Amino acid sequence: MSEALVEVRDLVKHFPIRKGIIFTKQVGAVQAVDGVSFDVMRGETLGLVGESGCGKSTTARLMTKLIEPTSGSMKWEGREIAGLSRREMVPLRREMQMIFQDPYSSLNPRKTVGTIIAEPFKIHGIGDDGPQRKKQVQELMERVGLNPEHYNRLPHEFSGGQRQRIGVARAIALKPKLIVADEPVSALDVSIQAQVLNLLRELQRDLGLTIVFIAHDLSVVKHMCDRIAVMYLGKVVELASSEELYSHPRHPYTGALLSAVPVPDPRLARQKQRQVLGGDVPSPTNPPNACRFHTRCPKFVEGHCNVEEPQLDKKGGGGGLAACHYPLSDDEVARRVPTAAA
Amino acid sequence: MSTGASETLLESEQAPGAEVPGEIAARSPRELFWRRLKRDKVALVALGIVLAMVAMAIFAPLIVKLFGLPDPNIQNDDLLGDFGEPTGPTSAHWFGVDERGRDVASRVIYGARGSLEVAFIATFLSVTIGTVVGMIAGYYRGWADTALSRVMDLFLAFPVLVLAVGLGVACADGCLGGVIQPGLNVVIFVITLTTWPYIARIMRGQVLSLREREFVEASRSLGAPDRRIIFREILPNLVAPIVVYSTVLIPQNILYEAALSFLGVGVDPSKPSWGAMISDATSIFEDAWWFMTFPGLALLITVLAFNIVGDGLQDALNPRTSR
Repeated sequence: MSEALVEVRDLVKHFPIRKGIIFTKQVGAVQAVDGVSFDVMRGETLGLVGESGCGKSTTARLMTKLIEPTSGSMKWEGREIAGLSRREMVPLRREMQMIFQDPYSSLNPRKTVGTIIAEPFKIHGIGDDGPQRKKQVQELMERVGLNPEHYNRLPHEFSGGQRQRIGVARAIALKPKLIVADEPVSALDVSIQAQVLNLLRELQRDLGLTIVFIAHDLSVVKHMCDRIAVMYLGKVVELASSEELYSHPRHPYTGALLSAVPVPDPRLARQKQRQVLGGDVPSPTNPPNACRFHTRCPKFVEGHCNVEEPQLDKKGGGGGLAACHYPLSDDEVARRVPTAAA
Repeated sequence: MSTGASETLLESEQAPGAEVPGEIAARSPRELFWRRLKRDKVALVALGIVLAMVAMAIFAPLIVKLFGLPDPNIQNDDLLGDFGEPTGPTSAHWFGVDERGRDVASRVIYGARGSLEVAFIATFLSVTIGTVVGMIAGYYRGWADTALSRVMDLFLAFPVLVLAVGLGVACADGCLGGVIQPGLNVVIFVITLTTWPYIARIMRGQVLSLREREFVEASRSLGAPDRRIIFREILPNLVAPIVVYSTVLIPQNILYEAALSFLGVGVDPSKPSWGAMISDATSIFEDAWWFMTFPGLALLITVLAFNIVGDGLQDALNPRTSR
């Protein structure tokens, strides 16, 4: 686990807001992703967390080239792919696949499960229709824990968890290197979530997958990921290994998120000073200057945080990166997140 | 192939279903559709009438022979009255005889052919064109959508009847290099020209919403070309609206055909049509009520039946919009 599979540098995606019907003019832009940089190492699971609207899903769609970035670079195994046309991308599509959030909308309701899972083979012209392909599809179904006999059923005959398994089978059909999972379990019941997560981990181990795992649920991410990137308003504010992020969060935003996680031990819970953030996330059409978190930050310093933008670099003892002028000290962490220090 | 973990998952998640004998199979959308349609008795009766009309059109020669009626185009002066006037219904000629000595019943039966032929072909053409154009406009959006939507507006702004009468005269010897022959072809052409934009608009709206669904995105992330996404992913989801709007369009087009034939567009005397018969009958209506009444009734019943079937299909396909 050393070599980078994907290198993302200063990736920006602004969605223009237009006015007018025939003579349109741009009146602004939703700055969904605004200068995001990170590496995805071969074989690791990288978590992307953040509130809704922070640009997680947009980043996922940029990484799988479902949308084109406004600017920035993205390298796949060292090769620049940000500007590639749709046709040039086709061979690369075999290597990167996506698992979608809503298992009710990500499967075509008019197609049988067999057809849906066979789709990747058809599109890439692998093998021909016949018993061979049917066997392949049924193997995939078995692989993800579905009954291969249900080959001819329609998606509506399955439960949410089973549907998500169908989506997983479709994603691993071509044996990709990278899977971008966009909140794959947030639409599922908690009891089913763990099953799908275990399936993903098992597949990762067996197939050597690299996974970019997007979620808004910190406990799910902790369970799944080697490294975690925390996003806020289109920027990565903290990037650290999983243990480090949970034990020594450096960015005040991460601290506040962790502080909101309920503590199962009542004694520890009583010690905890819960950090409640005031206000709402500012609008991504008009984000705050400099540090985007300064409007809500408990450690805000006038004249610094709202003037100079902090860079994402090493803070504190560990190897983690944080974009903050005044990172949390160990002492502050211990008060806010008692479970972390313990 | 799978490991222990996934097998336990299998059990817990699929416990109530799967291989257990006496499994309760989920109903497919088609089964649900049939169940709902079967409950709608009026629609079923109407469906029966529609099927009977279609059968009548297809087997017109057989039916006419079966009942011993004369051929629709035979003009038999012997059947006319003493002063050469049309005669009313008799046991041999149930619907009477028209002013040229032709059997009205036989012509009404054959008339189903002309009416339904025009209605079906015109509906098929306008639904096909409308669906393709609507899918392109809805899927590609942007300038393609703008251009195609304005073309639709343009076609909707045509004064239909004026255009039809004009074309009927202009195409008396065939136009567009012989593609459009005089007769029913002109009628089909005019109807198609003016009804496809309605379908295109509906389909455009449907596609605009369908293309945002994640399964379309999934298909794109697999590297599927646009053509595949449009025809393999989106089109199957348009079947329900296509069926519903076709059944709404068919009766409308039957009336259209009647109206155009009434105005004398595309009249081909050898092909009886209900609209043309009503038109012929207007001048002698006071003396021969049967000549207008029977084709009119046939038209009324057919259109009514199609409309009721259309409503029934709509309800059965979209249970949430039920009245």
